[in-house]
Amino acid sequence: MGIAAMLGTSIKRREDPRLITGEATYVDDIKLVGMLHMAVLRSPYGHARINRINTEAARNHPGVVAVYTAEDLKGAVQAVPVAVPLGKIAEGMGVRGPLAEGKVRFYGDPVAVVIADDRYTARDARDLIEVDYEPLPAVVDVEKAMQPDAPLLYEEFGTNVPFSMHPPTDDIDKVFEETKANGGVVVKTRMVNQRVAPVPMETRGVVASYNKGEKKLTLWSSSQIPHLLRDLLSAQVGLPQHQVHVIVPEVGGGFGCKLNVYPEETVAAFASMRLGRPVKWIEDRSENLAVTIHGRDQVDYVEVAATKEGKITGLKVHGISDLGSYCQVFTDVIMIAFGFPVSCGAYDIPAIHLSADIVFTNKAATDAYRGAGRPEATYVIERAIDLVARELGKDPAEVRRINFVKPEQFPYKSAAGAVYDTGNYEGALDKALAIVGYEQLRAEQQQARAQGRLMGIGLSSYIEICGFGPKGSAPVGLYESARMKVEMSGDVMVYTGSSPHGQGEETTFAQIVAEEFTIPVDNVTILHGDTDSTPEGRGTYGSRTTAVGGSAVFEAAQRLKEKMKQIAAHMLEASPSDVTLEDGKFFVAGSPQKAVTFNEVALAANFSNTLAPGIEPGLETTVFWEPQACVFPFGTHVCVVEIDKETGEVEIKRFVAVDDCGRQLNPMLVEGQVHGGLAQGIGQAMVEGVVYGEDGQLLTASLMDYALPYAHELPHFETDSTVTPTTVNPLGVKGVGEAGTIGSTPAVANAIADALGVAHVDMPYRPNRLWEFIHQQ
Amino acid sequence: MAMKREITVTVNGTKYHSEVEPRLLLVHYLRDILNLTGTHIGCDTSQCGACTVLLNGESVKSCTMFAVQADGAEVTTIEGLAQGGNLNPIQEGFWEKHGLQCGFCTPGMIMASYQLLKNNPNPTEDEIRKGLEGNLCRCTGYQNIVRAVQYAADKMRESAEAPVGAGGE
Repeated sequence: MGIAAMLGTSIKRREDPRLITGEATYVDDIKLVGMLHMAVLRSPYGHARINRINTEAARNHPGVVAVYTAEDLKGAVQAVPVAVPLGKIAEGMGVRGPLAEGKVRFYGDPVAVVIADDRYTARDARDLIEVDYEPLPAVVDVEKAMQPDAPLLYEEFGTNVPFSMHPPTDDIDKVFEETKANGGVVVKTRMVNQRVAPVPMETRGVVASYNKGEKKLTLWSSSQIPHLLRDLLSAQVGLPQHQVHVIVPEVGGGFGCKLNVYPEETVAAFASMRLGRPVKWIEDRSENLAVTIHGRDQVDYVEVAATKEGKITGLKVHGISDLGSYCQVFTDVIMIAFGFPVSCGAYDIPAIHLSADIVFTNKAATDAYRGAGRPEATYVIERAIDLVARELGKDPAEVRRINFVKPEQFPYKSAAGAVYDTGNYEGALDKALAIVGYEQLRAEQQQARAQGRLMGIGLSSYIEICGFGPKGSAPVGLYESARMKVEMSGDVMVYTGSSPHGQGEETTFAQIVAEEFTIPVDNVTILHGDTDSTPEGRGTYGSRTTAVGGSAVFEAAQRLKEKMKQIAAHMLEASPSDVTLEDGKFFVAGSPQKAVTFNEVALAANFSNTLAPGIEPGLETTVFWEPQACVFPFGTHVCVVEIDKETGEVEIKRFVAVDDCGRQLNPMLVEGQVHGGLAQGIGQAMVEGVVYGEDGQLLTASLMDYALPYAHELPHFETDSTVTPTTVNPLGVKGVGEAGTIGSTPAVANAIADALGVAHVDMPYRPNRLWEFIHQQ
Repeated sequence: MAMKREITVTVNGTKYHSEVEPRLLLVHYLRDILNLTGTHIGCDTSQCGACTVLLNGESVKSCTMFAVQADGAEVTTIEGLAQGGNLNPIQEGFWEKHGLQCGFCTPGMIMASYQLLKNNPNPTEDEIRKGLEGNLCRCTGYQNIVRAVQYAADKMRESAEAPVGAGGE
C-alpha cells in the first residue's frame, strides 16, 4: 500500500499534544538551582535628565543580591545592536547602552535593575530606589519633532532627524504635468499608519546562567532568533560566540517583536556573569506595552496621477517614519528598506518618487511588527487606488484591473525597486469578487444609501515581499540551515535554524521529509532553537520559514536520498542511476520485487562493515540554503461594513480573503496563518493604537487601555486561495505569515471611506472617532 | 512583611499543605510553588484569561485571586483535564481543528471553554465568541477556536446521548 503524499495534506500538528496539556516549557517555566530574579526600574517620564540615582536602600533590602545601573555596566557591556545605522545613527545618534545614561528618553526607559531571591522581593526592593529626575519637555508628534523649536532627544546632534532622503522631483513633476495636460487627474492626501503594539500573549523573558568554571553562558530567551541573539549578545558582553549557548524554549508568539536583542537580555547575562548564578527576568504586561518595540507609526504624504481612463502614470510618496527614542536592530530601516521597494503594490506604475525622513520622538523604539514596512507601503498604494477611483467616479475593482501587472510581465521589475517573481493578480481579484458577490453587494449598497444607511465595500489587492533573503538584501546573509540525520533505525532527525513559534514547522518540515523519503511522517522529528545542536541559522520572521528554512530541509533530504541510493545500489548490485525510491523501498526501476527498505539502508549506512568503497559511513548532512530572490505572495481582500450613524459603531458584515502563497504544504496551517494575520490587520484598522500624552506619558499602558480584538469583535472570515507557485525555491512556496495583516488593513480603510463617501479617514475606526466625523460633516 | 499563612488546597485531585504570604497570587502558587506551569500569565489586569483555572468547578482568573482565598478549595488546572490518559474532548477539538498556534493562551482558553460548555452545551458561533470574551488570543484570529469548541460540544453531546451498552440495564 502506498504512503499517501504528505505535501498538500492538512495533517494535525505534532506540536499540539504538549501545548494542549500544559506540558510545554516556556521561559518562565524554567527553574534552575540558585536562580535569582531581576526586576527593572523604569522611567516614569517621557523625557528627563537623571541627576542622581540612590540605590542604597534597595541594596540593603533583605533578599537582594545586587543592584546595577549604567555605571556598573561601563566597559563590560556594549550598545544595543543596530543592523544598518543610517546617517547620524552611524555617528552614535540613537545608539544606547542597555541602561539609561544621563537621560531617559521614553516612558519605560530602563534605569536600574534589582537582582533578588524571588520576584516579589525584587519588586519590593525596586520601589526603594530613588531617582532624582529633572523632567524635560517631550515631543511625541513626529512632524512636530522635525520643527526647529522641537525638544531635542540627542542635543549634541542638534536635530531629531538622523537621516533624510529627498531626491530631485524634476522627473516626477514632469509626469504629473503631462498627465494633467492630457486631461488626467492628480489626487493627494496625508495618511497616518498609527503606532500599534504587537502584544504577543507571552511577554518577553530570559534566563541567563553563567558557569564560571566553564566560562560558558547559557541563555534561554523567548526569541525568534536563537543564532542572531547568540552572535550579537556574545559581542555585547565580550564572550566568544562558542561560549554562548542560546536555547529558545516554547515561545508564546512573536510577530516580529522578538526578532531583536533587548537591553534586559543583555543585563541579565551581565548579572549572571558577575554573580555566577542564574538570573531570570520575565516582563510583565505593563512593561511589554511600554518597552517592547512598537510597530508602524508612519505618516505618508501621497500624490498619485492618473489618466482619465484610470491608468496611473505616476506616484509620489513622502514617508515620515517615527523611530521612537532610540534604535533597536531594524528600527531605522523598516520603512526605507522593507516598505519602499514595494510601494507600487500590484500595479504596473511607470514612474515613482520616494522621499523619506526618519525621526526620533519620546516614545518606545519602533521595529519589525508583522509585515514590517510592507503594511505601511500597501496601505498607501491601496488607498491611492481608491482615491483615483473616487476622483474619476470609477469602480475601484476596475481601476485595479486596469493597473495590475499582467501575468506575462513576470518576473516584473517594479519602478520602486523590487523584482516580483510570479503573480496572477486578476485571478485573486476575480475569485474574491465572486465569493463576496460583488455586483449584488453594490446593488445592495445603492439601496442602503437610498435608505440613508452607511454601507461600505472596500477592496485591497495587495502584494508583499518576503522569504528574506537573497545576497545583498540584508546586512548579513539571510540563508537558512538544516542538519539532517538518518538514524540506524530509519528515524530522521532534522535540526533547523528556523525558529517557529506557532507557525507549525515541526509539522510541515516533517511533511517535506516524509514525502521526499516516502516514509511515515511519524518517523521524522524536527528540532529547533538550540544553538549547540542546530547549525548557524537566521530564525523565523519575514515569512521566510517555509520558503527558506523548508528549502534547506528539502535540499538536505535530496543529498541524503542520493547517498542512500548509492548504498542501496551496492546492496542490490545495481547502478545507482537505475535505483528508485518509492513507498519506503529502494529498487531498480521496473523490478520492485527485489528491494531494500529505507530502514535497511539506514542501518547499513550507520552499521555496515561492507559499504562500497568510496562511500563514507553515516547518513548526516548540513545544508545552508540561500535564496536567489525574495518571493511575492499576493491576494485580494474584500471588507463589507455598515456604520451606525447614531453611535459610530462599525459592523463588519463580511470579510473575504483570497490569498496566494504559492504551493500550500499544509492547507490547514496556511489558513490558520491567514486568520491570525487578518485579526491583527483588522485590529489595527478598527481598535488598536498606542497613545502617548503630550508629555510623553504612555496612556495605553495596560490591556485595560490598549484595545485588542476579542472573539466577538471579529467577523467570521471567509477565506480561499489561488495557487501560483514561485520559481525561487524547489518547493514553490512563498510565505503567508504576514500576508493576512498586510492585505486586510487597507480593505477595512477602503470600506470605511466608501461607507462615509469621503476621500480618507485615518484609523482606528473607533465609534467615538467615526461619530465625531459623521456629525462634523 | 506579613506572616505566612497555612493553606490546604486540592489541585487536580492532590491535596497540598503550604505556607504562603497573603499577597501570593493563586497563579504564582500554582506555577512557582506547585510547579504546575501549564497555567500562564499574559497580563496584569485580568484582561487576557491565560490564567483561567477551575475553582470548585467554576472558572476563575487565577491572577486575580490570592492563594489564601483558595484555602480549602478544589482547583483544576489544564494538567488535570485529561482523564486516565485520554484527552478531554475540548483538548481534542483544539488539536483536530488547529485551534492553537503558539499555545500560550490555550490552557486558559480550554478552561474557559469548559465553563462555557458547562453553561451552554449547544452554543451557536455567536454564543461561543461572546462566551470567550474574557480570553485573548493573538495568533488564531479565534475562528479555529470556535471550530474547536463546536467539535467538543458535538463530541460531548454524542457521548451524553450514547445509549447504555449491552450488559448494562
